[in-house]
Amino acid sequence: MKKLIALVFTLVASLAQASGDAGIKIHSSGADLSDQASLQRGAALFMNYCMGCHSLKYLRYSRMAADLGLTEAQVMSSMNFTDIKFGEAMTVAMKPADGEKWIGKAPPDLSLTARVRGSADWIYTYLKSFYRDPSRPLGWNNTLFPAASMPNVLWELQGVQSAVFDAPHGGQAGAAPVFSHFEPVQPGRLNAEEYDQVARDISNFLQYAAEPAGLKRQQIGVWVLAFLAVLTLLTWLLKHEYWRDVH
Amino acid sequence: MSTNIINRVIGSANDWMQERAPGLSQWWDRHAAKYYAPKNFNFWYFFGSLALLMFVNQILTGIWLTMNFKPSAAEAFDSVEYIMRDVEWGWLIRYMHSTGASAFFIVVYLHMFRGLIYGSYQKPRELVWTLGVVIFLALMAEAFFGYVLPWGQMSYWGAQVITSLFSAVPVIGPDLVEFIRGDYLISDVTLNRFFALHVIAVPFVLAGLIYLHLMALHEVGSNNPDGVDIKKVKDKATGIPKDGIAFHPYYTVKDLFGTSFFLMIFAFIIFFEPSVGGWFLEHDNFSPANSMVTPQHIKPVWYFTPYYAMLRAIPDKLLGVIVMGAATLIFFAVPWLDRSKVKSIRYRGPITKIMLTLFVISFCVLGWLGAQSGSDTQKLVAQVLTFFYFAFFFTMPIWTAVDKTKPVPERVTFDH
Repeated sequence: MKKLIALVFTLVASLAQASGDAGIKIHSSGADLSDQASLQRGAALFMNYCMGCHSLKYLRYSRMAADLGLTEAQVMSSMNFTDIKFGEAMTVAMKPADGEKWIGKAPPDLSLTARVRGSADWIYTYLKSFYRDPSRPLGWNNTLFPAASMPNVLWELQGVQSAVFDAPHGGQAGAAPVFSHFEPVQPGRLNAEEYDQVARDISNFLQYAAEPAGLKRQQIGVWVLAFLAVLTLLTWLLKHEYWRDVH
Repeated sequence: MSTNIINRVIGSANDWMQERAPGLSQWWDRHAAKYYAPKNFNFWYFFGSLALLMFVNQILTGIWLTMNFKPSAAEAFDSVEYIMRDVEWGWLIRYMHSTGASAFFIVVYLHMFRGLIYGSYQKPRELVWTLGVVIFLALMAEAFFGYVLPWGQMSYWGAQVITSLFSAVPVIGPDLVEFIRGDYLISDVTLNRFFALHVIAVPFVLAGLIYLHLMALHEVGSNNPDGVDIKKVKDKATGIPKDGIAFHPYYTVKDLFGTSFFLMIFAFIIFFEPSVGGWFLEHDNFSPANSMVTPQHIKPVWYFTPYYAMLRAIPDKLLGVIVMGAATLIFFAVPWLDRSKVKSIRYRGPITKIMLTLFVISFCVLGWLGAQSGSDTQKLVAQVLTFFYFAFFFTMPIWTAVDKTKPVPERVTFDH
C-alpha cells in the first residue's frame, strides 16, 4: 500500500513536469544569491539600464546597500537624481500615464517579478529573447513575451538579432509560425558569453529584490535543522527511556 | 518531607491550587495522567497531535501577522510585503503561517486516512468522527478566508469564483452572493469581513470543536491499529485495561518525538523552499489583485483542488456545486455506511484494501487535475474519478458486508 502511494506521487509529479509550458524553452540562468559580486553588478546594471522606467517599490536603497555589501556613497553616487534619500524605496519619477503614452504600456514595478514568474530563469530568458521586428511600434519584439511593449534597452551590449521562424507544424494555414533560432544582425559591445553574464547578473539581482530574506534564509535554516536533529534524537531517547516498562 | 527548596515551593503551590480548584487535578487525571490509551499506536497516530500543533502554530503566527497586516484593499498586498521585508523576522512568521496552512491540511488528510483504515469511526466513536468532519469543514472555511487576505491575483479571483458558486442556489442565489460579498463584486468590504471571519469567528469555532472532538474521544477511548476494544480485558485489581497505558507520560513523550521529527520537515520547507514550486505559495499571488485582469488559470491551493476538479467536471453549475458540497459532506455518513463487523484493515479482506487504495489514488489524481488548466481529456478523467469517489461511499454498505474478515485477537499486537 505504501509503495503504491509513493508510486502515485511520483507519477503525478512527473505528469506535472511534462505538462509545463511547451512554447519557448526557458534557459537556466545559473543565478546564485550567494554570489555577491554578481548581485552588485546586477544592482548597478539595473540602476543604469532599467530604473529609468522600472521601479522596485518594495526595496529600499539602504536595505539593498546593507544586503549587498555596498556603502551609502557607492549607491548614491550611481544615481542621477539628487533629491533621493538613502532610506527611501527605489521608485521611479515616470508617471504611469506618461509611460502609457510613450511606450504603450506603463512599465511594471519589478519588485516581485522573479516570484510571479517562479524563478530568475524567466527573466534571464526574457533578456536574451529580444529581436528586431519592424512591425512593432518600437521596432522590437520578444519570443518569450510576444508583442511586449518594452524595447531592448540592452541592445548596445547584446547587439541586434533577428528571429528565424519555421513553418507551423503540419502546415496548417493560419497557425502561428514556430520560433527556430536567432541570427545576429549587428554585434554589440559584448560577446555572447559576456552578455549572458549581464543577463544572469540582472536576473540574480531581481531574484534578490523579490525576496531579500532569501539571502539569509538558508543559512539560518541549516542551524535550525541541526538543532531539530539533536532535539529529535534526544526526544527519541527520552521516549525509549519512558517506554522501557511497556511490554 | 523533602528539604529541597524547589520541591517545597512546587509542592506548596500545588497544595494551594488543590484547595482552591480541586477539579483541576481531576481534569488532568481524566484526560492525561489516567487516560488509558492502547499501547500499540503506530506511525499513523502522530497526526492528531500534529494537527493540534499546527492549530497552535497558526494561532500564534497569526497573532503576530495581524500586528502588521492591514485588512484593506488599498494596503493589504503592500502590508504583506512590508511584513516580508521590513518587519524583523516577519518573513519567518509569514512562512510559518503559509507553510502551516498546507501542513495543517496534510496532517488532517493523513489523520482522516488513519480513521478510514482502522475503522476509528465505527461504534462507539461516531460522534468523534462526525465532530472531526465538522472541524474539517471549518478548516476549509478558515483556509479560504485566509487565502483572500494577501490580496494577490489568486486571492481575488479565487474569492470571485468561490463566492459566485452561491449564485447557483435557486431563487435567492444572486442576493446571497451579494450578501456574502457585501458588495456587487469582491472588494474592500469583502476583504474586511473575511479578515474578521479568519481571525476571530472561525478560529473560535475551531478551538471549541477541537475541544469537543477530544472530549468525545476521551469519553469512549481511543481506537488502535488492531481495532481491539482494550476495555474488554482489564486488570482485576486496578480496573485499568491491560493493553492501556497512561497518555501522560507515555504518549506525551512519544508525541514530543513525533513533533520534533515533523518540525524538521516543516523547517526544511520554511527555510529552503517555502513556495514549494508554487504549490504552497502560488506564483500568481505575488501579483496584486486586479479586477481588470483575469488570470489565465484560476485555481485554488492544492488542498482544495480535488474538490475543484469535481466542480469543473460537472457541466451544470448547480449540479457541480452540489457534487462538490456532497463530496465533503459524505464523510459524515461513513460510520453508518460501513457494515463490517471488523474495524481495522488488518483483519479485513482484499476488497476493502483495493477500494481504499483506489480511493486514495483517485483523490490524489483529482487533486492534480484540479490544479491543471482542464483539457477535455482531463475533464473526462475527472468525471470518471468523481464517479468512483462517490461509488466508493455509496457501495460501502455492500463491499464492507461481503468482504471476508479475519478473526480479531483478544489483545492488541505489540512487539517492543
